[in-house]
Amino acid sequence: MTALTFSLKDNPRLDRWLRFQDDHTVRIGTGKVELGQGVLTALAQIAAEELDLRIDQVRMMSGNSVEGPGEGYTASSWSIEHSGAAIRLVAAEVRALALARAALRLNAAPDELTVADGAFLKNGSPSGIDYWSIAGELDLSAEATGAAAPKPQSAHRLVGRSVPRLDLPTKLTGAGFIQDMVLPRMLHARTLRQPGPGAALLQLDEKIIQRRAGGGVRIVRLNNFVAFVGTDETAVRAAAVAATECAVWDNALSLSPEQATPDWIASQPSDDRLMGDPPPELATDRICARFTRPFLSHGSIAPSCAIALYRDGVLTVWSHAQGMHPLRENIARTVGLSLDAVACHHVQGAGCYGHNGADDAALDAALVALALPDQPIRLMWRREEEFGYEPLSSAMAVTVHAGLDGAGRPIDWTTEIWSATHGQRPGVGGASLLAAHAMKTPPPDRKPFDIPLERGGGAARNGIPLYDIGPKRIELHLIHDVPVRTSSLRGLGATLNVFAIEGLLDDLAGRIGEDPVAYRLAILSDPRARRVLEKAAAMANWSSREAGGAGSGLGIGLARYKNSSAYAAVVAAVEVDEAVRVTDVWCAVDAGLAINPDGILNQIEGNIVQAISWTLIEEVRFGPQGIATLDWESYPVIRFSEIPEIRVELVEAGEYPPLGVGECAGGPTAAAIGNAVAHALGTRIHDMPMTRDRIMKALMA
Amino acid sequence: MNECHTLTVNGHVHELDVPSTAPLLDVLRNHLGLKGSRYGCGLEQCGACMVLIDGVAAYSCSREIGTLSGRTITTVEGLRSAEALHPLQQAFLDEQAGQCGYCLSGILIVAKAFLDRNPDPTRAEIAAALDANLCRCGSHPRILRAVLKAAADMRGKMA
Repeated sequence: MTALTFSLKDNPRLDRWLRFQDDHTVRIGTGKVELGQGVLTALAQIAAEELDLRIDQVRMMSGNSVEGPGEGYTASSWSIEHSGAAIRLVAAEVRALALARAALRLNAAPDELTVADGAFLKNGSPSGIDYWSIAGELDLSAEATGAAAPKPQSAHRLVGRSVPRLDLPTKLTGAGFIQDMVLPRMLHARTLRQPGPGAALLQLDEKIIQRRAGGGVRIVRLNNFVAFVGTDETAVRAAAVAATECAVWDNALSLSPEQATPDWIASQPSDDRLMGDPPPELATDRICARFTRPFLSHGSIAPSCAIALYRDGVLTVWSHAQGMHPLRENIARTVGLSLDAVACHHVQGAGCYGHNGADDAALDAALVALALPDQPIRLMWRREEEFGYEPLSSAMAVTVHAGLDGAGRPIDWTTEIWSATHGQRPGVGGASLLAAHAMKTPPPDRKPFDIPLERGGGAARNGIPLYDIGPKRIELHLIHDVPVRTSSLRGLGATLNVFAIEGLLDDLAGRIGEDPVAYRLAILSDPRARRVLEKAAAMANWSSREAGGAGSGLGIGLARYKNSSAYAAVVAAVEVDEAVRVTDVWCAVDAGLAINPDGILNQIEGNIVQAISWTLIEEVRFGPQGIATLDWESYPVIRFSEIPEIRVELVEAGEYPPLGVGECAGGPTAAAIGNAVAHALGTRIHDMPMTRDRIMKALMA
Repeated sequence: MNECHTLTVNGHVHELDVPSTAPLLDVLRNHLGLKGSRYGCGLEQCGACMVLIDGVAAYSCSREIGTLSGRTITTVEGLRSAEALHPLQQAFLDEQAGQCGYCLSGILIVAKAFLDRNPDPTRAEIAAALDANLCRCGSHPRILRAVLKAAADMRGKMA
């Protein structure tokens, strides 16, 4: 008996996960959605593997709040671990049920039968029946029991193969996104955003708006939520731009540049939590260092978009948000409909890398659809709306404190963190959808909340080092009163925590004149962590690393994501003059059993590139009108000419369960760059992004 | 005020009755149903909307249709032939060069125009050519490999 997983306990019925369809395919349901990470291909592989199907006999149904399983949000690299494990068990169980039924039909013993491409073979020869001939005799409304054992790794033929992404062909030839969906009689919509919760619209000159739009735009107003609706997308966009310019608000949010800094965050009143071991009783020789990072934007390449239709008392919403069951609950609660009256369907959008404007745009579209029934409403955010109103990733400060023994090795560790929350997804910790604040009765104030460490942690994620140190703890100063919405961005707190922990470790190694890799290995007993560290060092030819201090550097970073998921070690080579240039990155990853090796490499490469961008370039700024970085000129990200050579290798770890990989390399990459820059300069830059000013300041110090 | 504009798009001549100020991108997507060119920023900063205008890669998000009468436009839908994908599209598939894929139309278009001028480029030359195109997923290493591969494949076909 295999233990039922998290997702199966919530969705025990087999038919939520698996259905035989008349066209000789099998529909596999998942609550996890495709964000560009290739998850649907990997889940299809798992299903096809267990059912002995070809991959083209599987149809994925993802993010369907009506018929599919509910699995919360597609987040924290859980999809393969949760949905993959559920699909694997369900598929194995249905295969066993089908095999038993076929054996009866064929008057054979079950062990005489095998399955190939969905057809039953009796002693290796065609039996004339397949899954679909007996599907009607199977009761898939039954609950999963875990009675059928999934295949052992040695029997895998599809799992472990780099099956090409199922969604890529469409995307290379011109379609495939929610932005491209067209429904009959569909209207376009854009919004005027309430500039901060509590802002009240005093005046809106509709004549100016109509003139700029060329007329014919409908204006839908619900308290402080306003939308412009019409058949011509160009006109509704012009209307929204005009409205943003001419609207007069009371109590609009105003920000100061200082509020965007980690120093401001760290100076605010905080809700303090201690996690891990108790504080040390004896004073030891203690070393500490402080590291910071700014607010970051998700920077999705497309503004958020949603389509909604209210017809016959049912509100149907198509969205690229990360969870359709949570979205249904959040929309139903906000607009006052019963759950049965709301249906949410996932359609792919641009990569989001966490909680961006997707959920909020879905509510926006729903509000307009409720006001204008019987017509599909396609509502898209403007670029500046996405930058200005999506949740940010919080600025953070981290001070790492290490107590040392006589040999200069750490024997006590504290990671002290100042941050706003990284968990403000709608419905989590009392958080709401954006436009809920514009309604007559805005939602109640939230209480201080961040994702608990047992669910991976938010700001505290990866705050406990992997190393054998003795007592280790996190002191989290959670800042509640920040004037912008903050939530999850790929890696959450792990990016800065790993940057800080690994930075201090290099400094500690330097104090006793030891090589950073040797220093780490001396305090690292986890064999899987040692293996990726040694592998990355070997890939980078670490043993020939030079003395440093002359403008070229080689640095290393290591973490196990969430201290429970994939291991990643990264080595970065940099050249530093007026700017930091990353020339090469080597990365070794232990992802457990690899479902789709090339898909994993693709995710890790992307995570490395994004982390280079965070570490060297990105920074949200504030101004009197709120968030001031509203386009790609004021919020630059990495470009093609800044991309290093990146080599990623997976270590063979098929004996371990599969682990999510999309976020594992970000922290180690930031750390490796930080350490490489310190190696190149002979002095450390503690603050992200490592800009020209910071390089100059470090060199002057 | 609507006016009639004549435009050749992917080999077909269209008479379009739209305002002269309508952006080319909106016309392609909403009047001609060609959804491959994408709205990313509307500011000529991200490259997701790029198309070929008389063979030259150009932003379409802010380009007014009134400036384009009589011109020839190629979108990502027009890259392939009836029989096969364009070698660039095939190379992107071969290299699995993409994650979310939203930026790919613009990148394919720019790469096409670039390889037409420079059939045997280095990685650095391709990177420089694509520098106006943003990819947020970090698919850059694969995209660079795919364009190199397409260039080699196209040279192979000519030889």
